[in-house]
Amino acid sequence: MAEPMKIRAQLKGDVAAIRILIHHPMETGLRKDAAGTLVPAHHIHTLTVDVGDRRIVDIHTGTAVSRNPVFAFKAKGAKAGEKVVVSWVDTKGERRTDEAVLA
Amino acid sequence: MNLSRRNLLKNSTATGLLLSLIAAGALRPTRVLAAEWNKAAFESKDMASALKALGAHAATEHRDLLLKLPDIAEDSTLVPVDVISHIPNTRTISILVEKNRNPLSAHFEFSNGALAEVSARIKLAESSIVKAVARADGKFYTVQKEVKVTIGGCGG
Repeated sequence: MAEPMKIRAQLKGDVAAIRILIHHPMETGLRKDAAGTLVPAHHIHTLTVDVGDRRIVDIHTGTAVSRNPVFAFKAKGAKAGEKVVVSWVDTKGERRTDEAVLA
Repeated sequence: MNLSRRNLLKNSTATGLLLSLIAAGALRPTRVLAAEWNKAAFESKDMASALKALGAHAATEHRDLLLKLPDIAEDSTLVPVDVISHIPNTRTISILVEKNRNPLSAHFEFSNGALAEVSARIKLAESSIVKAVARADGKFYTVQKEVKVTIGGCGG
């Protein structure tokens, strides 16, 4: 089971500033381990961010997003107390959803 | 006539129709499913074919599309990148690295009040041109910047 994401959701006026830190190796499939064997590709390919029940960003990623990805977004029309829900799915079919509350 | 039987039949037809629409992909439960991962674009091996797979091969430069990157990246596996589009109705932003094995690094689709701006961290295989592409009102715009990668961390 993947570690929980860190989600920071701050409201300034009606603009939500959302910052997400994900724990994920984002292996490209090109890296060799200490024994010289190739580490198979294993990376997040899809990520979604919802505020309240509104989808604000769909993200698709390849292998060239850094290990432990960090993303930041902003969305207008948000209210205090609304939930920010972030989900990801990777190439092994592992997935994780975490949420934070806008404050 | 058996009214409850009528209702049941009517309801099951409606449910059946709904299910077949979902199966056909016409009605997606959007909360769960994101748009399709663009395999052709992500697996493209050069900039031209990645842009083509995104439909962005005719992208033009636009001064309201901003790309912030360091001039020199000390750690090529952790290069911070900010893309901001002030072009009205920007719906998508893509980030591409020319010298990477697969240039397309990430693709963002904005909706429901999201501002067309993103911060992320990407990997560079070597010193390279990095491009951002934005789609607004069906047209594609682009901006690019060169990032130098220092190997050995001497900062030179």
